Amino acid sequence: MSSSAAQPFWRAAGMTYITYSNLCASLVRQCLKEPYRSEAVSREKVHFNVSKWVDGKPEKPTIRTDTPE
Amino acid sequence: MLRHGSRSLFNRASASSMRWRRQFSTGLPAETAEDTKFVESWKKMNPNMDPPKTPSAYMKPRPPTPANIPSKLTVNLVLPYDSVLSSKEVDMVIVPATTGQMGVLPGHVATIAELKPGILSVHEGNDVTKYFLSSGFAFVHANSVADIIAIEATPVDRLDPNLVQKGLADFQQKLNTASTDVEKTEAQIGIDVHSALNAALTG
Repeated sequence: MSSSAAQPFWRAAGMTYITYSNLCASLVRQCLKEPYRSEAVSREKVHFNVSKWVDGKPEKPTIRTDTPE
Repeated sequence: MLRHGSRSLFNRASASSMRWRRQFSTGLPAETAEDTKFVESWKKMNPNMDPPKTPSAYMKPRPPTPANIPSKLTVNLVLPYDSVLSSKEVDMVIVPATTGQMGVLPGHVATIAELKPGILSVHEGNDVTKYFLSSGFAFVHANSVADIIAIEATPVDRLDPNLVQKGLADFQQKLNTASTDVEKTEAQIGIDVHSALNAALTG
């Protein structure tokens, strides 16, 4: 039943909807006026830590963070 | 008939209470969860135990569609970090769907619309409030409730025209110099969003 319907250009290039939507949101945040802009930038901060497991043991984690340590 | 049965129906809460609910719902019956065949064969096998509930018995039935079109539309505009409008009664909203500006009045047919970056205008009497949405979805339900979800929604006066113009020029530049598909897509998205912001500020 899945037909190859016309896709939006971003999906045709391999981007998912979430990536597209987050990108649009961050572009809008960058066009805000000053006091609102600094509040908005704090919404984009991420802090997470990913570690891959190989043979039952975790490898060294990669930490992705925007908060200064 | 059902009134006399109320005492014996006391134990078999799920099946019968669904039947009670169907009696009193207005307009179209909401979808109820009830498997009479299962309940009856359970009672034959095991009359002393309550029949088990199935997952569908825990689902809330769809709110009934009112028989008369309501006079106001109830709007909820929600963002991941804030609910800007929460059950607000308005006359009309115009949402920026990917297929064009769509006006939603009370009694609108149930719709799901994907939104593009653009302006949401909320009309209440003579007041019009405009929000710039970054993209999202609009769900219109048959009972005249509209849920609009977006990641960012700002009133238009919080946008800085200089930053918008600069962004538009930047991304047009990037589109010309882009080589990979990903770069071209990002540049195109930048152009779309900034042109919508521009139109919002000047329109």
